[in-house]
Amino acid sequence: MKPFTNFESRMVPLPLNNIDTDQIIPARFLKTTSKQGLDKQLFNDWRYDAAGNPNPEFIINKPESQGVQVLLAGDNFGCGSSREHAPWALTQWGFRAVISTSFADIFKQNSLKNSLLPIEVAADVHAELFAAPAGATVKIDLPNQTLTTPSGRVVTFPVDEFSKHCLVKGVDELGYILEQSPEIAAYEAAHPALINALA
Amino acid sequence: MPRTIMPRTIIEKLWDNHVVHELPGAPSLLFIDLHLVHEVTSPQAFQGLRERGLKVRRPDLHIATADHSIPTSDRSLPIVDPIAANQLAQLEANCKEFGIRCLGVHSDQQGIVHVIGPELGLTQPGMTVVCGDSHTATHGAFGALAFGIGTSEVEQVLATQCLLQRKSKSFQVQVEGTLKAGVSAKDIILALIARIGIGGGTASVFEFTGSAIRALSMEERMTVCNMSIEGGARAGLIAPDDTTFEYLAGRPHAPKGAAWDSAVARWRELATDPGATYDRTVTIDADALEPMITYGTNPGMGVSINEALPKPSEVSDPMARESITKALAYMGLEGGKPLVGHPIDVVFIGSCTNSRISDLRTAAGLLKGRKVNPKVRVMVVPGSQEVKRQAIAEGLPEIFRAAGCEWREPGCSMCIAMNGDQLTPGQYSVSTSNRNFEGRQGKGGRTFLASPLTAAASAITGVVTDVRTLL
Ligand code: SF4
Repeated sequence: MKPFTNFESRMVPLPLNNIDTDQIIPARFLKTTSKQGLDKQLFNDWRYDAAGNPNPEFIINKPESQGVQVLLAGDNFGCGSSREHAPWALTQWGFRAVISTSFADIFKQNSLKNSLLPIEVAADVHAELFAAPAGATVKIDLPNQTLTTPSGRVVTFPVDEFSKHCLVKGVDELGYILEQSPEIAAYEAAHPALINALA
Repeated sequence: MPRTIMPRTIIEKLWDNHVVHELPGAPSLLFIDLHLVHEVTSPQAFQGLRERGLKVRRPDLHIATADHSIPTSDRSLPIVDPIAANQLAQLEANCKEFGIRCLGVHSDQQGIVHVIGPELGLTQPGMTVVCGDSHTATHGAFGALAFGIGTSEVEQVLATQCLLQRKSKSFQVQVEGTLKAGVSAKDIILALIARIGIGGGTASVFEFTGSAIRALSMEERMTVCNMSIEGGARAGLIAPDDTTFEYLAGRPHAPKGAAWDSAVARWRELATDPGATYDRTVTIDADALEPMITYGTNPGMGVSINEALPKPSEVSDPMARESITKALAYMGLEGGKPLVGHPIDVVFIGSCTNSRISDLRTAAGLLKGRKVNPKVRVMVVPGSQEVKRQAIAEGLPEIFRAAGCEWREPGCSMCIAMNGDQLTPGQYSVSTSNRNFEGRQGKGGRTFLASPLTAAASAITGVVTDVRTLL
């Protein structure tokens, strides 16, 4: 995993609450066995019309959204299914952070494992960001856990210590768990299996 | 001197029993007793193992099945969708390569992952159970800590049998009293979600308690726990009791003989200790519950069947007002009126929420000797091959067919509309599944979530119906 660095970006505002993973990427695109190419289906059913042409009104399709790395969304972003295809599609499109007042648990964990930073802000900061003029930028500093709003206000956001360490240093979680193999073996020795699914 | 032990909830006991290792500044490493695998969220995980040259650490603790993208039409025919066919073939190939048992497309034990785990006796009290699927909480009905995970975590469990986890908050949902006729387990959970909202249980694990929960069968308990994620919770569970043990006894993977007796003794220890405290509690009065139905585009947008839908003009928060306005527009509905009497096009009876034998019996009980409205397509999709066999033994398919329903092969089907079973744009369904998000049952489709009773009643009349008018 590449280390997560500080950056400054404009925002793509999506002022809707409870954006679920079926909207982020509809289930019919989950028949793929690859992680790649999912950016094309990001927000598919809002992004394309019935004939499959881009809907020019949808924010993601607007010229000013291209190259933007921050998604600004309503409350409880990422609710619904556990599909990791949601953060894969978001990061492949180019997002590196999503700002909301809250995130669904599984989406949050999936995002942190894919270098997509879920930034939780208080309602007043959230409102300020939505009210910011088009094209305004925010600064994101993960090591210091700060977000600088377009007005220059610096607010801190929560990230658990371990996830931050993994993101900043580019640590791979699976590698970290594998290092604990002796402890896993000791646990297994003390706890005989409850089932044998192979039988 | 007597040792004082802090009273613990079942959630804390399950957690404590599975901690493998704790390092400062990191989440706890938790051991996973059972991992369920399906075709959609696993291919990239197996690929990850291959790229790293890793093996599956404990093949004995994983079971795979094909459910999400599998057709529910005649299984002897080839699968028409080449992408789905490839994904299903990939699952079988991956399981073979890594030594995992796979109940694939042609297995006589195939079924929805959350139906087969309990059915085979693989899901047991006291376990940690995970699956790359958010409805894994279903298994919590047995007093297991069961939660959905992403594909990176699927890879971690395959490779290490462990996951890094942070403790959740405990959230007691106390349901006291007796359900009225026509009101079912599905209505309990829909009422909870309507009350706390779809983010209400975020970062929590629900423990369902109270006399109304104790009175539920195992299948009904699974319906309740299944939709914990729709309330935002990571998991939902119910302490095991005699109902649990009776269900498990004699199942293929349940312990036998002396091992059974010691298992039951161990399972009885799991219940929350008197005096243990929860981070939050809500109480639901079972006597006051009515049949529930959702009207919007998330499962929290639910009302009791004769209740008027909210009017956007009465919602003060602008973003919430915008969300509800958008939901009503998508659904083609007006606020201020109840849903009863609204015409429908499709009824779907199935999914990991309501596709077990008791759900089918309930629906068949109402449909027996009646006809479904000719304008309505009614699909009945059993949760597994085992459920299908049992239904056939009881003569249920004949009842469904005589009433004018389609009787199909087991799978997720129109719950997720990946396999060609789907609504066309603008169609309305009453569905016993768990999600009503925009497009969930097919692009442009509109879903009303309800119980099998409400679904069967609406199938008969062709409009959203209060089942009690037909009882
Ligand atoms: S039935 Fe629906 S909710 Fe359940 S596992 Fe299948 S797709 Fe997911």
